[in-house]
Amino acid sequence: MNVLDTTATSLRDAIASGQVSAKEATRAVLDRISSVNGALNAFNLVDADRALDRATQIDRRRAAGAALGPLAGVPIALKDNIDVRGMKTTASSRILKDFIPPFDATVVRRLEAADAIIVGKTNCDEFAMGSSNENSAFGPVKNPWALDKIPGGSSGGSAASVAARCVPLALGSDTGGSIRQPAACCGIVGLKPSYGRVSRYGLLAFASSLDQIGPFARTVADTALAFSVLAGADDCDATTANEPVPDFTGALTADVRRIRIGVPRAFVTEGVEDQVRRAYEGALEVLRSAGATIVDIELPHAKSAVPVYYLVCTAEASSNLARYDGVKYGYRAPAVNDSLKEMYSRTRDDGFGPEVKRRIMLGTYVLSAGYYDAFYLKALQVRTLLRRDYEEAFARVDVVAMPTMPTPPFKLGEKSSDPLQMYLGDIFTVSANLAGLPGISVPCGFSSDGLPIGFQLMGRMFDEVTMLRVADAYERATEWHARTPAI
Amino acid sequence: MPTTLTIADVERIAALAQLELTAEEKQLFTNQLADILHYAEQVQAIDTSGVPPTDHVNANQRTEREDEPRPSLPTEEAIANAPDAALDAGLFRVPRVIGG
Repeated sequence: MNVLDTTATSLRDAIASGQVSAKEATRAVLDRISSVNGALNAFNLVDADRALDRATQIDRRRAAGAALGPLAGVPIALKDNIDVRGMKTTASSRILKDFIPPFDATVVRRLEAADAIIVGKTNCDEFAMGSSNENSAFGPVKNPWALDKIPGGSSGGSAASVAARCVPLALGSDTGGSIRQPAACCGIVGLKPSYGRVSRYGLLAFASSLDQIGPFARTVADTALAFSVLAGADDCDATTANEPVPDFTGALTADVRRIRIGVPRAFVTEGVEDQVRRAYEGALEVLRSAGATIVDIELPHAKSAVPVYYLVCTAEASSNLARYDGVKYGYRAPAVNDSLKEMYSRTRDDGFGPEVKRRIMLGTYVLSAGYYDAFYLKALQVRTLLRRDYEEAFARVDVVAMPTMPTPPFKLGEKSSDPLQMYLGDIFTVSANLAGLPGISVPCGFSSDGLPIGFQLMGRMFDEVTMLRVADAYERATEWHARTPAI
Repeated sequence: MPTTLTIADVERIAALAQLELTAEEKQLFTNQLADILHYAEQVQAIDTSGVPPTDHVNANQRTEREDEPRPSLPTEEAIANAPDAALDAGLFRVPRVIGG
């Protein structure tokens, strides 16, 4: 069988039935990574020995007749801001260059308890801050569909590795779109769960009230399979929710006949490129043909989501990143005058890249005396208004549909000198994080020059089931997800 | 209240954030942060009277447990990543703080 083109679900079944061994699957994945990573720069680290060891153990347990987990033998890549004990985590930053975490993230424990095989750590924007993957200390990731285009960010390496058939599954983190937007850019599926659904323990904190870990896959069914393993309350993260975890895979019935899809018409017509709008309208039409009802809704505060997001996330980041000071871990700059203060400030200036510094500066400013009320507190109040917009909308509809991003993936370097222009591209993704809602991006077409376009669905709080069902119904009715990049 | 920024403002913020910026970075950030803040001022025009702030969406989660000791990271593992540590004493080592 061709391991690389197989879904995670089929690969798991093939390993369970003995059609292919976990070791053979892992070797195929490692070979694929070696052959394409030079061009993509998607991986910061590949731990072949660890992966092959675990694959061998799984094959032995299978031979001995032991019960295997729901991801038995399935290779998975992790964004390099998720800790695996004994494996370097860098967050694609100089300041964490040689950091070796002494513990596993909760998602890592869950994946390994499910017998998944972690193959390595993927490149990303430094500390998950960016929308293009150009902010990595190790160079940008390239889009597998066109090497001169962005793969999206910040989880660009995870998205590119799944799109390029290196791995069937990867994890990313999404603070303002960092799973959904790269999924759209790379033509795959990316899920941001409801806030509190997945433990953040062992995820390097960027903006703690917004961050969520989620899966990338090439199908909605694989996304649901991985999500079932990741979801659930955790004593190590007090913000995880005590919500029951439903059967996400069983929810994929393809029946959308009673589903009402909310379309914020005014919001999605402004600043959206024509070919993206056409793909979006086409996706709505597919769902309507499948029996769903399209309902116009208003989200009056959605247009303010970008400034609110950048005020909130930078404030939280400035506080979270205070821990990188050259004392406990990572890089330390030499202090010329043997002064602690100078050691701190030089370490941080040498260790952080420009976008991280910009966000720390902005966050420090909006939290500082005299500006707190006018910027930070105001943003938190508008965040409440935005949540209310969604509450009102979800009283009338079951999911809300938007494009994932306003344009197809752009050229590397095109926006890197203008941070504000880069931020404006996050218009359709940041709301889900501010309101805590789940969101998913699925492929819905290609631009005239062959670049993927994403369709985004958002669900009610903790109702990923409905959102996944609609996404899966759409996928079953279309062929976009089956296309593969030439690489 | 239109936001204007000077190099001195940027230096003040950099000091609060423990960042030693180069002259070039100070100039760049003065321009870029002013642009971003000017854009963000649009939130100030929104009527939020009587609206409570949302600093967290799941404010009602369980945050307490019995105060019982649990296994924790051994000291030697906790300091293993330190750029400078007194391993025998189990301490992080930093440049001089007081006196000289």
